[in-house]
Amino acid sequence: MAKTITDVVCPFCGTLCDDLEVGVSDDGKKIIDVYNACAIGAEKFLHSQASDRVTRPRMKQEDGSWKEVSYDEAVEYTATTLAAARKPLMYGWSSTNCEAQAIGTEIGEIVGAVMDNTATVCHGTTLIAVQDVGVPSCTLGEILNRADRIVFWGCNPAHAHPRHMSRYSIFPRGFFTGKGAKGRRMIVVDPRVTDTAKTADMHLQIEQGRDYELLTALRVAFKGEWLPDTVAGIPKKTIYEVADLMKSGRFGIIFFGMGVTQSLSKNHNIDQAICVTRDLNEYTKWNIMPMRGHYNVTGSGEVWGWLHGFPFALDLSRGFARYNPGDTTSNDLLVRDEVDAVFVIGSDPGAHFPNSSVKKIWDLPSICVDPHLTPTTAVCKLHVPVAFVGVETGGCAYRMDNVPIECRKVVDPPEGMMTDLEFLERVTARVRELKGA
Amino acid sequence: MPKIKLNLITGRTIQQGVSMEGGKEKPAYTAACGIIELDPEDFKKLGVYRNTNVRVTSEYGSVVVKAVDATQGPHPGLGWIPMGPWANMVVNPNTYSTGMPTFKGTPVEVEGAKGEPVWDSLTLVTKACRGEL
Ligand code: SF4
Repeated sequence: MAKTITDVVCPFCGTLCDDLEVGVSDDGKKIIDVYNACAIGAEKFLHSQASDRVTRPRMKQEDGSWKEVSYDEAVEYTATTLAAARKPLMYGWSSTNCEAQAIGTEIGEIVGAVMDNTATVCHGTTLIAVQDVGVPSCTLGEILNRADRIVFWGCNPAHAHPRHMSRYSIFPRGFFTGKGAKGRRMIVVDPRVTDTAKTADMHLQIEQGRDYELLTALRVAFKGEWLPDTVAGIPKKTIYEVADLMKSGRFGIIFFGMGVTQSLSKNHNIDQAICVTRDLNEYTKWNIMPMRGHYNVTGSGEVWGWLHGFPFALDLSRGFARYNPGDTTSNDLLVRDEVDAVFVIGSDPGAHFPNSSVKKIWDLPSICVDPHLTPTTAVCKLHVPVAFVGVETGGCAYRMDNVPIECRKVVDPPEGMMTDLEFLERVTARVRELKGA
Repeated sequence: MPKIKLNLITGRTIQQGVSMEGGKEKPAYTAACGIIELDPEDFKKLGVYRNTNVRVTSEYGSVVVKAVDATQGPHPGLGWIPMGPWANMVVNPNTYSTGMPTFKGTPVEVEGAKGEPVWDSLTLVTKACRGEL
């Protein structure tokens, strides 16, 4: 007979579902099944059980082969590398808990590192825009209970946040949304006919990279002013129609994703999207929310926000906090050879940075703390496998709407394995000794 | 051999998410992300069979991936490589002072690449770093 653990939190995407049930063996050692999760969430729990998992740190040798080392040696290499560097980059922080983020920042303070999280390749431009023009937002619970106009702009939750629509935004019945999906109108803006677009009431198949134009056109349409025949490939009749549909709701929300943050114009796209939201508040209640990717990228922004005032691209190398996207951001630093060591935790830049940046990591003293084998572990000099946060250890994480949720531990990590937090605490202690801090 | 010009975008797919959590060193990850989704119209112009390898080249790099039918189309003129190391061989790394590389909207050329392999993610990145590609 297996035990079932309820109210488990899924540590994969920013939806941070907190209704999972996990069946574990009687001795509490093995995960047998995962209920309520989407395919990605379930795989995350089940893969933690893989028999071929790396359970001890490994150091790359001259000939490219790997040699197993002890956690003590891994702590020593990490601490000495960071202490010796003039300006190390400490990147990632999105697939780990806030406790680890906080202690990691302490290391950054001691060694004078640049701290950056995955927002740098995800919603960093959103954060810039929010600093420009503010953000009228709400929680996912309010959307569940109130929203009757939902826009997905440049995002595809059917693939990237699979339970978002069923838990919060489209299908569930809430306090003022008793008819569920029937009472809501859904608009998707995307250059592809995505699986999300296929379920929408209206799909605007925008020309890729023309979001700024279309957002501006909507602002014109709200006021009933003149528009050219087509904007960004969308006929003006449709734009006026969408504008009316948006104005006619009681409570609306724009969710947006990489389609706007990573296309040219970047933060300016988001500026416009926020201004659209602001304009709509002249007529009815509207909100806007980024579809955050990693389950705790929001948390790392919060932690750095309260410690140093900036949510990413945090440069501590001068002994005080500086922030200047384009200058203190990971890809710019790497490509310009401005850092001399790289520490990665809870992220995979080897797979998700442009190759020109990855090559630079390859050339530098580098450490990757990650439970998986990844392209980053392949390019770094030291790989430190750790327990899975949210599976083998708990900790705090922030959902995409900035709601903190405490993750649960469901099984023990393989014997002798460290957690992120334990490893970072050891490194902090050693770095303090080395720096006399 | 014909070459076609496309506008390349990348992003998540559910297969990318599942296979990534299953292990990026495994063949399932290559099957999910070492691909380019093309519109049937573009397949016609390119003159290659579905599920054969093609070379995608941009100003910034080049990579061999398997050409498959668009699953979320039609989108003629638009190529789609799921986010991952294959896409990142060719995307525009310029951040234009925002910190954000331009992952979406890279002009690329696609041509048949019969006989050339699609490397798994760890091999691909290692080879690229060693300058062996
Ligand atoms: S939607 Fe996101 S948080 Fe929810 S189960 Fe799927 S991956 Fe996990």
